[in-house]
Amino acid sequence: MTPMLTSARKTELIGFVIVAAVILLLLPAVTDAFRLNLVGKYLTYAFVAVGLVLCWGSAGILSLGQGIFFGLGGYCMAMFLKLEASTPEATSIQSTPGIPDFMDWNQITALPWFWEPFHSFGFTLVAVVVVPAILAFIIGFAMFTRRVGGVYFAIITQAIAAILTILIIGQQGYTGGVNGITDLRTLLGWDIRTDSAKTILYFVNAFLLLAVIALSMAVRSSKLGRILVALRDKEDRVRFSGYDVAAFKIFVFCFAAAISGIGGAMFTLQVGFMSPSFVGIVPSIEMVIFCAVGGRHSLIGAVYGTLLVNWAKTSFSESFPELWLFAMGALFIAVVMAFPNGLAGLYTSHVQPLFKRFGRKSAGRSAASGTETPAIAE
Amino acid sequence: MFADYTWSELGSIFAMQGFAGLVLFSVFVLMALGLAIIFGQMGVINMAHGEFMILGAYVTYMCSNFFQSAAPALMPISFFVAMVLAFFASGALGMLVEMGLIRFLYKRPLDTLLATWGLSLILQQTYRTIFGAREVGVTLPDWMMGSLPLTDLVEIPINGLIVMAITLSITVAVAIVMFRSRFGAQVRAVVQNRQMAGAVGIDTEKVDRFTFGLGCGIAGVAGSAFTMIGSTGPSSGQLYIVDTFLVVVFGGATSLIGTVASAFTISQAQSTMEFFLSGSMAKVLTLLTVVGILMLRPQGLFVLKVRR
Repeated sequence: MTPMLTSARKTELIGFVIVAAVILLLLPAVTDAFRLNLVGKYLTYAFVAVGLVLCWGSAGILSLGQGIFFGLGGYCMAMFLKLEASTPEATSIQSTPGIPDFMDWNQITALPWFWEPFHSFGFTLVAVVVVPAILAFIIGFAMFTRRVGGVYFAIITQAIAAILTILIIGQQGYTGGVNGITDLRTLLGWDIRTDSAKTILYFVNAFLLLAVIALSMAVRSSKLGRILVALRDKEDRVRFSGYDVAAFKIFVFCFAAAISGIGGAMFTLQVGFMSPSFVGIVPSIEMVIFCAVGGRHSLIGAVYGTLLVNWAKTSFSESFPELWLFAMGALFIAVVMAFPNGLAGLYTSHVQPLFKRFGRKSAGRSAASGTETPAIAE
Repeated sequence: MFADYTWSELGSIFAMQGFAGLVLFSVFVLMALGLAIIFGQMGVINMAHGEFMILGAYVTYMCSNFFQSAAPALMPISFFVAMVLAFFASGALGMLVEMGLIRFLYKRPLDTLLATWGLSLILQQTYRTIFGAREVGVTLPDWMMGSLPLTDLVEIPINGLIVMAITLSITVAVAIVMFRSRFGAQVRAVVQNRQMAGAVGIDTEKVDRFTFGLGCGIAGVAGSAFTMIGSTGPSSGQLYIVDTFLVVVFGGATSLIGTVASAFTISQAQSTMEFFLSGSMAKVLTLLTVVGILMLRPQGLFVLKVRR
């Protein structure tokens, strides 16, 4: 990988400033309130993509279940908002007032125990981060200490995503089933459905995303980040050097999960509902493609990749709905075959040399070394 | 939960659910066999496996329509013609895909996974464009319909029996090809040590191509058999891909016997639980158990010991 030169560090910082300017100034300036809300929704996926850059790009762990964590974060927030919307006065026509409407439709007469803590906003904020991280810890601990990696890990995370979706859809009375948790209105008495609230939420989301990117940059440039790259490329050598490989992997997986949870919570706030269609196999693997298009080694690229793919998805499905799946499929194949480093790779190999000619050699080398497979545990 | 039933009723329930489980088992085995060859032997994650299966199902559908309109007299054998065609159609597509896509990605398994997922999206949309978004059902020959009464409570559907017979013969055929034929020996040699296999004169690229084609062809047959118990839609394949991968991984990816054994365990567990719990909870519990066991024993049930 790119050696930690000061110039590389400088490029990354400049990239961060540019992405901050794009999110905070350019996009709000050129889009109307509706489109801005849409961009805000896309940016919540960028949390997941940033997590994947750490997990997959840096540490070589491909999780096909990031939707699980996105969904858990989103559901935690949705449960809080739903309870706030289901006051006894607002739900007085129900046979049991004071519980969410879908529970009443499913003949549930008391609030289930795991809903109770979500009356508290403080608990919800903690849960948004901690619940995904705990699940990630359980999965990671079970898998990484037994040295399961590579494709096996991908398949098992995918299976867990499938299980969670089936569970959410099946337990309609507790989770709202296939429709999800809908009709969310206020956050601590503040109506989140107005245009002004959506604009504020957009900026909250944008600042959170930038903070997460900054934090991820710090992780990547620390010694921890170097060890992650090392264990991706030569896991055994890191293990024989005396490092506890599993602990590092568990950490990065939990970190990515916690970030995704924040993204999910912001999604719920901005979109106003949460449903299993953002949890399962298909959304999870789409989140991987956001990251791959942006460049699996680039935190900044992940943001652009997410925006680009989602923008393409929205505009394609508006005008040529039947073409979208072809385009998406072609995108998957093209990214893997032709641009394994995504937009960021194109930038380093084609745009950067224009800025500084002497940089051509090192950029070309880093792009070439990046195409090598991350080491897979045998 | 057993208290409401008498013993004889319970017995029949287990027999009927057991039989339903056997049919599910047959379809799982057919799907998983193809995947076990591709994933277990070649290490390629083919996320488009379900779509190869659906190709087989659509070939069967077209074939039965063709026989119905052009040669009604031959209808009784239409299914078997369809199955052979399904094998060759899926196999040929598989070989094409291997040449155009998979071949370049053998060293990057995670990337293969993404690329084949892209392929599966393209295939799904192709099916939707050609055959429409609605699910289609295949008209079966008359003699395949109906059921055999075994006792007053237990009835055995004939199409289930046929699916099982097909599965049995395909499994035996695969076992013979893999363990008794020259091609099988070459495949196993390439799997165990690609460079040595090449050094003794095996054309490893050709073996790869035919192995992938064989795996996809079996998926096509699975799709063909699948039309007997369910209807076919453009995205039906995706519903089964996770189960199939779990079956293969659970069985121990390199072991064909393991695949059969794990397909049996998973399908029986699922169909027996389905009667007492809701279908979704049965599936959740089965998958959770499998994932749990895989976390404790990541190498799967049966492991082929190879010195590396």
